[in-house]
This record gives sequence, C-alpha cells and structure tokens, in this order.
Amino acid sequence: MSSAEHAIRFDNVTKSFDDRRVLDRVSFDVPRSEACCIMGRSGSGKSVTLKLLLGLLKPDEGKIYVNDVEIEKLDSAHLVEVRKTMGFLFQYSALFDSLSVAENVAFPLRRHTRMSEAEIAGSVRERLVEVGLEGELDKMPLDLSGGMRKRVGLARALALKPSILLVDEPSSGLDPITTREIDKLLMDLKSSSKTTMVVVTHNVPSARRIGDKLVILHDAHIVVQGTVEELDQSKDAVVQQFMSSER
Amino acid sequence: MSNSKQTSPGLTRTLLSECGLISTFAMRAVRAAFQPPFELREVVHQIYMAGWRSLPLVMTSGLAIGVVLSMHTRATMERFGAEALIPGALAIAMISETGPLMTGLLVSGRVGAGIGAELGGMKVTEQIDALESLAVDSFHYLAVTRIIACMIALPILTTVMNFSGLVGGFLAETTISNVSLKIYFHQAFAGIGFLDYVLPTLKTVVFGFIIGTVSSYLGYTTTGGSEGIGRASTYSVVFSSMVLIVINVLLVRIIFLLFPAGAL
Repeated sequence: MSSAEHAIRFDNVTKSFDDRRVLDRVSFDVPRSEACCIMGRSGSGKSVTLKLLLGLLKPDEGKIYVNDVEIEKLDSAHLVEVRKTMGFLFQYSALFDSLSVAENVAFPLRRHTRMSEAEIAGSVRERLVEVGLEGELDKMPLDLSGGMRKRVGLARALALKPSILLVDEPSSGLDPITTREIDKLLMDLKSSSKTTMVVVTHNVPSARRIGDKLVILHDAHIVVQGTVEELDQSKDAVVQQFMSSER
Repeated sequence: MSNSKQTSPGLTRTLLSECGLISTFAMRAVRAAFQPPFELREVVHQIYMAGWRSLPLVMTSGLAIGVVLSMHTRATMERFGAEALIPGALAIAMISETGPLMTGLLVSGRVGAGIGAELGGMKVTEQIDALESLAVDSFHYLAVTRIIACMIALPILTTVMNFSGLVGGFLAETTISNVSLKIYFHQAFAGIGFLDYVLPTLKTVVFGFIIGTVSSYLGYTTTGGSEGIGRASTYSVVFSSMVLIVINVLLVRIIFLLFPAGAL
C-alpha cells in the first residue's frame, strides 16, 4: 500500500515524560476509511498517541504524518488547518460546561465556517439526530448522563465533517448497553461517511466490533498489529491475554 | 534547623522558576495581543464578566471607604478648624492611592480567583485540549482575552470606585454639616488637575495586566484535579495581590520621577 493511501502514519515515534519513556520507536499506519483500535494497559501511551496525532504534544523523535503532511514541522497556522480535518472525542467528552448542547456543537461551525445562524442551527440539529439526541438542544452538559455527554462530544467532533476521527476510550464510564450504542454509532459513521478512525480503548469487545486493524501497545512498544483474526492467532502471551479478556 | 537549610534553596529556586515562567507567559501574551485572531467578541464578553459584574462590589466598597475616610479626616481637620478642606483631602486620598489600590485588590480577589478557577477547571477537564482539537488557539481565546479585559476594566472600575468614595464622603459630610452636593464636589476637585487624575488611574492598566497574567498562568498550568483548581484559585489572588502591591510602589516612584507636577 502506498503512503498516499494512508491517512495516518507513525514513523519511529518516541515520546518521554521526564525520565519515563511512554512510546519507544513506535511505527504504524492507518489506511484511509479504516478504523484502527489501539489497545494497551492503562498508562501504556494510548492517549499520548492521540495527542501526538493532533499536535497537542510533540514527539521527541520520529515523524507523524496526517494525510501525508508531517505535522510536527507545521507552524500554528498550518496546524490549525490540519486540525480542521480531524475530530476528537475525548475520554470524558470535554464539553464546554458554560455552553448548552447546541452551542457546544455549533462552536466549531461558528469559528470556522461562514454559515448563517439558520444554517448552523440546521447543521447542529442534523449532527444531534445522527447521535440520537435531537431533543436535548438546550440542556447544559452538567444535566446530561455520561452516555449523552459522549454523544454530544461525538456530534461536536463531527461538526466540521472531518475525514479523520480520533476517539479516546469511547466506553470509559459507560454501561455495556450504552457502550454498544456508541460502538454502533462509530461503525455506522465509518460505513456511511468513510471516516478514518483511530480509537483508543482497553475494551476488547469494542475493539473487535469497530477495528479493521488492532494495535497493542505494551511497555512503550507495539507488541503486535494486524486484523482481529491475525491477533487471535498470535502466540504472544501479552496478545493472548488481551484478546481473551472479554467483558 | 537542618530542615530549613535544606528546603530554603528549593523554595527559592521554585519561586524564581515560577517568576521566570510567569514572565515568559506575560511576554508571550504581549506578543500574541498584536497578532490575529483578535477575538474581539470574547474580549467584550470578558470585559462584561470582569468589569460589569464587579460593579456592585466596587461601588459598595467605594461608598463605605468614602464614609470611613471622611469620618477619619473630619476627626483630624476639626482640631485645626479646617473642615472646608475635608472634601479636597478625601478626593486626593481616593484618587491618588486608595481608589486604584483598593480596586486592584478587590478585582484581584473577585476576578483573579475566578480566572484561576475557571481556566484550572478547563485544564483538568481537558476543555483547553478540546479547544485546540477544534482548531482554536486556546492561548489567544482564553488567556489573551482575559488579560486585555482586565486591562480595560480596571481603569473604568477605578473611576467608579473614586466617585463612589466621593459620594460616600459627601453622605457622611452632609449628615454632619449639611454641605450641598455642588459645593462638596467643587471643593473636592478644586485642587486636582488632569494629570493628578489620569496618572493614578492609568496605573491600574498595569494592575489589570498583572491580575490577568498571573491568574491566567496559574489556571493554564493547573494540575491535580479539584485540589489543583482550588490551589490555582487561591494562588491567583495571593500572587497577583502581592505583585500588585510591590509594583504599585515602583509605579508611584516612576510617576513622581517623570511627572513631578502631576504627583499629588
């Protein structure tokens, strides 16, 4: 597969915090319109990987390409343009708690488009219908359940119709039924809009459902990467431990 | 004893390091203020939050300070039969020092704590990262706008504080001596020139910069959950008040040096 067919490419990326090496020469890629699930134990560098992708952190060594653009070399103005092509669903949603549900979803549209208020209202309603929250426009984030907040976070991340969606622990703090609903939303999104996804999770059933490709991080290294079937057949003890753990 | 020997270099180093980081943050804010995006809507919103919402506190404090200063001044002036000088003395006290400094300290308490807690809360709940992920320059949007808002709000609030103080002084005086409002204000402003008013009031632009910068920095660098937010809020008030008091001494000295005619 040529590099042009990859939406995301990590090339020997190393990242440390103080004396602790979180990622050590990590390389992987995500083909366009596919979903890659990154798994690993808590503190294994999964969320750091997402923040590196978004340019919120800079790698100590190595290169990161998003749509063939090396992001750590970009100045802030160009990084803003790359970020407009990406959506990020945070682990705890990170909704702006001073804004209502509708205002949260409208925020990127007001900042980055020339849409009229009527068009923005229409687009916000459309995004909220997609995530099944059309009746909650005027509620404040604090009045929502964890699952609803995740949905609003997803609607906000999708507001600018990004070609890449980064998702940090979609099932964190959610019951199994809500987790399945969020997974289904992500799968529907992948099939309907051909969005490339990087999903960080330690929920193996979720990863099996969503991921075209799975990556397992352990002790700052990638232990294995491949399809679900390939990982199921792996003889590596860490991989077997992961793949056999069901919720 | 040995403990204090061990900790004091660490404490000094931490303090110096924090001062250096705040200075770097301040210089970054000054540079960013002249670069787009200018976030005018957010600046106006923050002026409303920092300025308009501080008005009740500033007006009430000004009135009370005016009444108390007037009572103290009368107690002294009466002994010399110089009651006619009370409005002028009160105006000089309010405009030259009490008004600007009290406004700075009150705003540092109300607005500084608010900025520290708000940005701290946004930091620990990843809302600042969320802004960046939505392709918004969070430093411009959150820190620069608040610093500019404080710099604009402070001189306006100081003017409100000064007039509230004079009104408070008038209320205290008129109950004792039945002086009219017109005569009181005429006497109050008889000895005050343009520079006498403008220089101490403009001094508060620097106070606004200090409050906005220190509290934004502490909020922006918050770590450690709700405990960290509380710490950011408290330190915002403590540090900005301390820096403000020290800088005030320097500014008064500079005003005396550069404008000897304008120094009251």
